[in-house]
Amino acid sequence: MDKFTTLSGIAAPLPLINIDTDMIIPKQFLKTIKRSGLGANLFDEMRFTQDGAEIPDFVLNKPAYREAQILVAGDNFGCGSSREHAPWALLDFGIRCVIAPSFADIFYNNCFKNGILPIALPQETVDILMKDAEKGANARVEIDLDAQTVTSSDGEVFSFELDAFKKHCLLNGLDDIGQSLQKVSSIDAFEATMAQSRPWV
Amino acid sequence: MSPKTLYDKIWDAHLAHEAEDGTCLLYIDRHLVHEVTSPQAFEGLRMAGRPVRAPDKTIAVPDHNVPTTAGRNDPANMTEDSRIQVAALDQNAKDFGIHYYPVSDVRQGIVHIVGPEQGWTLPGMTVVCGDSHTATHGAFGALAHGIGTSEVEHVLATQTLIQKKSKNMKVEITGKLAPGVTAKDITLYVIGQTGTAGGTGYVIEYCGEAIRDLSMEGRMTVCNMAIEGGARAGIIAPDEKTFEYCQGRPHAPKGAAWEAAVAWWKTLYSDDDAAWDLVLTIKAEDIAPVVTWGTSPEDVLAITDVVPDPASFEGGKVDAVRRSLDYMGLTPGQKLSDVEVDTVFIGSCTNGRIEDLRAAAEILKGKKVKDGLRAMIVPGSGLVRAQAEEEGLADIFKDAGFEWRLAGCSMCLAMNPDQLKPGERCAATSNRNFEGRQGRGGRTHLLSPAMAAAAALTGRLTDVREIM
Ligand code: SF4
Repeated sequence: MDKFTTLSGIAAPLPLINIDTDMIIPKQFLKTIKRSGLGANLFDEMRFTQDGAEIPDFVLNKPAYREAQILVAGDNFGCGSSREHAPWALLDFGIRCVIAPSFADIFYNNCFKNGILPIALPQETVDILMKDAEKGANARVEIDLDAQTVTSSDGEVFSFELDAFKKHCLLNGLDDIGQSLQKVSSIDAFEATMAQSRPWV
Repeated sequence: MSPKTLYDKIWDAHLAHEAEDGTCLLYIDRHLVHEVTSPQAFEGLRMAGRPVRAPDKTIAVPDHNVPTTAGRNDPANMTEDSRIQVAALDQNAKDFGIHYYPVSDVRQGIVHIVGPEQGWTLPGMTVVCGDSHTATHGAFGALAHGIGTSEVEHVLATQTLIQKKSKNMKVEITGKLAPGVTAKDITLYVIGQTGTAGGTGYVIEYCGEAIRDLSMEGRMTVCNMAIEGGARAGIIAPDEKTFEYCQGRPHAPKGAAWEAAVAWWKTLYSDDDAAWDLVLTIKAEDIAPVVTWGTSPEDVLAITDVVPDPASFEGGKVDAVRRSLDYMGLTPGQKLSDVEVDTVFIGSCTNGRIEDLRAAAEILKGKKVKDGLRAMIVPGSGLVRAQAEEEGLADIFKDAGFEWRLAGCSMCLAMNPDQLKPGERCAATSNRNFEGRQGRGGRTHLLSPAMAAAAALTGRLTDVREIM
């Protein structure tokens, strides 16, 4: 997993609530057995017509936002299915950060496993950043993970909250499994106890 | 000892490690696996040279993109990419030595139906699967939730999950349900009350008389959709009904082990004075047969209601409703019972069990589906299908004009060939009405099996109480 330290990039405004994982990556693209290549179909049904032509109105099709690395969206982003294909598609497109008032639980966790930073901020702050994002390509938003801040193109600084362990893993690009396996003796001990107390499991 | 909720008790019983910052390794008792969210996880294990830590606790079944028509055992009848995904699961199950129900096995079916049916899911367990509707298993008093593919790999490698504890929410449904109102109506109604994000950060325990009165299958329907309310998991305390359901299942404990298990299971309930972060009380009498009108599972109204006006909402929901009515092709003020459907889908992990089929058959018996309407029943597992045939339900469905399919997810998410075309409108017993969920441009109304059967007869959303 790539480290996430700081990011300075274009933010694309997507002012919809309840953006679900079916929208982010429709099911016909889940038939892959790989993690890569999904960016081409990110937001497929919103981005392309049935014949594959670009829908010019969709934000990521506008010239200003084709290189966007940040998404600013409405409440409950990433609700629905557990498909990690959603963060894979975002990442493959080049999105490293999503800012929204709230996120669905599974999607939120999935982001951290893929070097994407989901930032939850109060609605009023997201409204300000949404306006900022609407300015297009010249408005670069700055993210500093270590300092836990988002800086708008006007230089306004907003702090965000984040779980310390998740932050640590993201900053250092750490592999969860490797870390958990360091605690294998605890897992062994737990299994041994359980074999006595709940042998039917 | 301080009082605990059911969730607290199961959590404490599975804590393998706790770091100073509260990050925990939660031990996983059952890991269910399907073909769509697992290939990358197995690939990760291979690349790192890691085995599956507990193959005996890992159960795999292909369900999402298997065809549900005859001749599906022949790989030639699957699209290339679906075939590759199912073949990958075949291979991974074999290479890593995990329990497996291939497409050709009569026990194959939707992973959340197969788990309980085979006795893999038991009270007090932790159950995970790379699928959000894992919440279903909470009906047994198990802590069950969906995970992403990286977490699937983590569980395969370590049999644990990195977790922080969620908050406790109690949803109590008091009193008795009125005739024609089912578990599906309860769960949709609750989401209508909380919203799709209302449960975020919580584990919901459903309780109260109306929940106790439900069968195990009804409880599974309720918990199945906890995720649609945003919750980490939904859970129902086990009772005699639960034990009875589990007893004698292939992987349930037997003899002395059974006795020991039941003794522990009987301690699994929320203590009277347990602390709740949030409590929601709903009167069962207030719940009518409901349908969804929009593209979010929170867009729920009684069938007797009318399509709402976007202006009657607040904040971001105003635009969202405008967009969804446009997508759904509905006009504010239109009576829901006037909305015509051209497709009816009965199945999915929400409503693909035998009682769901019985409820539909009861409505359909001796009647015919509306001319020109496409109606499909997809049993949740091969065993549900066999039982329905034995009980004569299959004949009722076929006589009524329903297609009688083989087990799988089918039109719940339309990864296999069962899909809506743009503009088609479906009364569906599944769990998601998202844009494009059942096929690009397809329109979905979620409802109970009895309501779906009623819609099949009339060709429009219909109050089942008029037909009963
Ligand atoms: S039936 Fe639908 S919701 Fe259930 S596991 Fe299959 S696709 Fe998911």
